[in-house]
Amino acid sequence: MSEKKLAIIATKGTLDWAYPPFILSSTAAALGYDVMIFFTFYGLQLLKKNLNLKVSPLGNPGMPMPMGMDKWFPVIGTAIPGMESVMTMMMKNTMKKKGVASIEDLRELCIEAEVKLVACQMTVDLFDMKQSDLLDGLEYVGAASFFEFAGDADVTLYI
Amino acid sequence: MADFDQELDARGLNCPLPILRAKKAINGLESGQILRIIATDPGSVKDFEAFAKQTGNELMDSAENGGEFTFLMKKG
Repeated sequence: MSEKKLAIIATKGTLDWAYPPFILSSTAAALGYDVMIFFTFYGLQLLKKNLNLKVSPLGNPGMPMPMGMDKWFPVIGTAIPGMESVMTMMMKNTMKKKGVASIEDLRELCIEAEVKLVACQMTVDLFDMKQSDLLDGLEYVGAASFFEFAGDADVTLYI
Repeated sequence: MADFDQELDARGLNCPLPILRAKKAINGLESGQILRIIATDPGSVKDFEAFAKQTGNELMDSAENGGEFTFLMKKG
């Protein structure tokens, strides 16, 4: 049985959107897939040595809010200063209580399973990000390198 | 339930941790040895079936008892 391949483009830099790429990659690796994640734009936040990911209720009507705030103060309730930190803390507590792995742990499991983490050089430059702030051992590549891997991938996802 | 060579307690863990821990444990076994997994994640029932199908390991048994799921996985 030849090895299957999974290619993911990760473009989002919030706590909730950090989960799909790392959950799918670690699981695919456990199933024997060869996996690459191409991090671009806000997805680069997921590669920082010190993760500081937040979840935002702003512009997200699907997010459950405490005390029915979204019902009494739609839009404004979600825009109150500090709401992002409060919601992030609540989300992290709930995840811990429900046995959901942290992003740090899932990312570590991906690295252990030899998932290839590659950063988009163009957006690293665009945002003036320092390589020293990002994980060691990353590859910095462009779109052509993504296609070199994804061209014959069995599954390709844009997240 | 049949005998087993190693046991993995995945109670309280949520997707995808039971699968990832099981994979790690199976890596340490010899072919033909059996891993017993205990989990509380209801999603793990379908997931261990799918895991077995895709990895060539054999899911010998899958049972539920009072909210706990027990699996026997034989390394292929």
